[in-house]
Amino acid sequence: MSYLHEPTAEQIQEQKLYREMGLSDDEFGLVQSIIGRLPNWTETGLFSVMWSEHCSYKNSKPVLRKFPVDGERVLQGPGEGAGVVDIGDGQAVVFKIESHNHPSAIEPYQGAATGVGGIIRDIFSMGARPVALLNSLRFGELTSSRVKYLFEEVVAGIAGYGNCIGIPTVGGEVQFDASYDGNPLVNAMCVGLIDHKDIQKGQAKGAGNSVMYVGARTGRDGIHGATFASEELTEASDEKRPAVQVGDPFMEKLLLEACLELIQNCDALVGIQDMGAAGLTSSSAEMASKAGMGIEMNLDLVPQRELNMTAYEMMLSESQERMLIVMQKGREQEAIDIFEKWGLEAVVVGTVIEEKQLRLLHHGEVVADVPVDALAEEAPVYHKPSKEPEMFSQFQNEEAFVPTVESKKDTLLELLSQPTIASKSWVFDQYDYMVRTNTVVPPGSDAAVIRIRETDKALAMTTDCNSRYLYLDPETGGKIAVAEAARNLVCSGAEPLAITDCLNYGNPEKPEIFWQLEKSTDGMSEACRTLSTPVIGGNVSLYNETNGVAVYPTPVIGMVGLVHHLDHITTQYFKTPGDLIYVIGETHQEFGGSELQKMQLGKISGKAPALNLETEVKRQKQLLEAIQNGLVESAHDVAEGGLAVALAESMMNGNTGASVELRGDLVSALYSETQSRFLVSVKPENAEAFEAMNEDAKQIGFVTDHAVLRIDHENEEVLAATYDELHSAWKGAIPCLLTSKA
Amino acid sequence: MRFAVIVFPGSNCDIDMFHAVKDELGAEAEYVWHDEENLDRFDGILLPGGFSYGDYLRTGAIAQFSNVMDEVKKAAQAGKPVLGVCNGFQILLETGLLPGAMRRNESLKFICQPETLNVVNNETMFSSSYGKDEEIIIPIAHGEGNYYCDEETLKQLEEENRIIFRYKNNPNGSISDIAGIMNAQGNVLGMMPHPERAVSELLGSADGLKLFQSIVKSWRENHVLSS
Repeated sequence: MSYLHEPTAEQIQEQKLYREMGLSDDEFGLVQSIIGRLPNWTETGLFSVMWSEHCSYKNSKPVLRKFPVDGERVLQGPGEGAGVVDIGDGQAVVFKIESHNHPSAIEPYQGAATGVGGIIRDIFSMGARPVALLNSLRFGELTSSRVKYLFEEVVAGIAGYGNCIGIPTVGGEVQFDASYDGNPLVNAMCVGLIDHKDIQKGQAKGAGNSVMYVGARTGRDGIHGATFASEELTEASDEKRPAVQVGDPFMEKLLLEACLELIQNCDALVGIQDMGAAGLTSSSAEMASKAGMGIEMNLDLVPQRELNMTAYEMMLSESQERMLIVMQKGREQEAIDIFEKWGLEAVVVGTVIEEKQLRLLHHGEVVADVPVDALAEEAPVYHKPSKEPEMFSQFQNEEAFVPTVESKKDTLLELLSQPTIASKSWVFDQYDYMVRTNTVVPPGSDAAVIRIRETDKALAMTTDCNSRYLYLDPETGGKIAVAEAARNLVCSGAEPLAITDCLNYGNPEKPEIFWQLEKSTDGMSEACRTLSTPVIGGNVSLYNETNGVAVYPTPVIGMVGLVHHLDHITTQYFKTPGDLIYVIGETHQEFGGSELQKMQLGKISGKAPALNLETEVKRQKQLLEAIQNGLVESAHDVAEGGLAVALAESMMNGNTGASVELRGDLVSALYSETQSRFLVSVKPENAEAFEAMNEDAKQIGFVTDHAVLRIDHENEEVLAATYDELHSAWKGAIPCLLTSKA
Repeated sequence: MRFAVIVFPGSNCDIDMFHAVKDELGAEAEYVWHDEENLDRFDGILLPGGFSYGDYLRTGAIAQFSNVMDEVKKAAQAGKPVLGVCNGFQILLETGLLPGAMRRNESLKFICQPETLNVVNNETMFSSSYGKDEEIIIPIAHGEGNYYCDEETLKQLEEENRIIFRYKNNPNGSISDIAGIMNAQGNVLGMMPHPERAVSELLGSADGLKLFQSIVKSWRENHVLSS
């Protein structure tokens, strides 16, 4: 899309040049009828990015409407930079998750780094101080050198940005599956804290007020990033490397501090919004549209770091670390002074106008003049056809997989060394998870916990999604994703508050993919309603396909919970020898989509494990109450790899062992992935009170003082493994895979 | 006792240092912006960690030219305690207040983890509250903490008992397992581990608190003697 001279409006139409920008023939016709003439090159560019799936959600809107978005504590739902939830005492938590999949597939370090940078800006543009980062990553199998490269560089990019800006990366999840081979998923989440009075809106109110550009200068990087994110990856995608932005966390640190200083100290600030996807175009059009106003901008005034940039390039650039703010007329200097202290530019580039137009001037000429609502609100919405894939009925009707297990111990050790289960400390240790000194529970337990200074409260946070279940059964899998995230928080002693979601799917124009999207969001919506965790915002990433093959449907759930008192904070690790070990919830023979199935067959099939949401919510409430009453020493959700893995994981602090006796079908008892189960330890003196409160809890054993996991079945020892054996299988797996030759 | 927490553009452990001193130690602390030209009102100087000037050029290389650094040197010459942690240590190396240089970690990766240190010399104003050879747990979080100096300097550091902390399990390749060193005068300490992150059991360790307590103890003793 680089031309020596910009094509004329007629050429754009006749040669269908708009198609290169991702606009369809119908969409181009619609633009024409909205503005009553042919759009010029710049205007075509504005519409193409604003109407991309990435900015307009034109394909996903119908399914997003199903999500419950209201709740007693919700102060801001979807629609602004990030959602806001009340946590009492005049404070609120702000959080959002966003994808940066396509850029990361092409240029993993910068793709991941700028994904982190973008989500941080979403949080502080709301007026919140970012306090934690999380992520959710998916890669292909760690066997090819390409996947190893992507994995190492993505982790380095996340670390590089987060560590430098000084926001702790406290948690996340990493999973590996062949479906992500060519299209890794890189979802970044940021959590911020805010006083109610500081909550900002991205609105350009008040005709005559000044529109100011703050932060880094605009270059030619990232042009059409949003459009690129809205198509499938192919072998030709490498050519789009210029559409990947380059991050500068130092610049963002300055921008963050300057913006927060402005927000907290200057009442002349009217509105503020991040220049994220579609940069100057989306920030100006959205701010004006939300306020029912227009904006006139003189692009000659935009700080530029390259020579001879065209209007088209400036408007579509996705250069990083920039914000658009609106200041009361006559008080612009207050912003300029604050930004100057931080060594940053703050420049008046335009004015809020009554007319609801986005009018752009460049070199003394009007280069674009289009209605803001048409850009921000009136993208066509598509109800894509949906079709149940044949694969689904095959999975449903398939005879249930029953694994045969010879050595229980070897199987456990092998499970612990599967990269999806294995220790992710190779990843976490590269993240500064402690900076700002609030991290009470670091990465590795069910959820990360951050204390809130000067209060007795804390925030627990997690990202979660088992996409294998969603691949087998999107509706059930969608429910499980939400339920499991909530389980993680409950196990940490937190009351789940709300979720942000990142919907990563293949090409929605394929009916089978759209069906996955529909069904899984049905499941998620139902789970969110039952668990009282509304959706306060999120992001959609479609077209995650490489050469026609889609990733597993992966709606990543980012959930935040409130720990009401610091002494409720609980981890998964066994604490004291003699404590009683309980399992809450019965176990069935459920191996569809399980880690054991994947390990033994190399693929997954069959039915996803069943989930009863009423049972789920009951057990979560009962367990949380027990934790809040001080009756629980450790709590861990039973997930991939089943109870045997959960037991081993609870020993990984290295101080204790466990001796348990299991009943029923042994292989299921050890490795089945039946849902809604928890592994809990309780002091003997609290056993009675705990049991009275948790009707589905059964004692299976006790914590021991020698670091051995011993499992008996029908009065016979069936598994005994030392901490060293378990730990080395679990801890060593990922470094070992990375160093072995592809 | 009144501490200055120096803030450079890109500092990000300033808040941790401030709260450690104020909330956990109970001393006075104030953030001081990098262009400040007078530190006379402070009794101790704290250079926090972070990425001053984005670590561009070389860690600490740009920060050494800040206005405030002339004042930090003056304070050091005057015998006031100066503590540089992580990026603060790197800045002290760049300014020449401490000898040696930093290289990238041997693994070439950023490392964040709790680390066991040995208190090698507990007869300094920074370590007098620790026992001799006491093992303490203080977290590290750095990409360039691989301390290096030439053999002559190392010999000097050893002979003059200026190695204050050593890693028990060297995480980054530092020469002679060095985690923290002091100047000849005994009032400037640079260390890669973060004592300000280890001041509360809630967050995993309170072993760093004694370092700050040592500084205050020494200041009180001198203050009482001189007044």
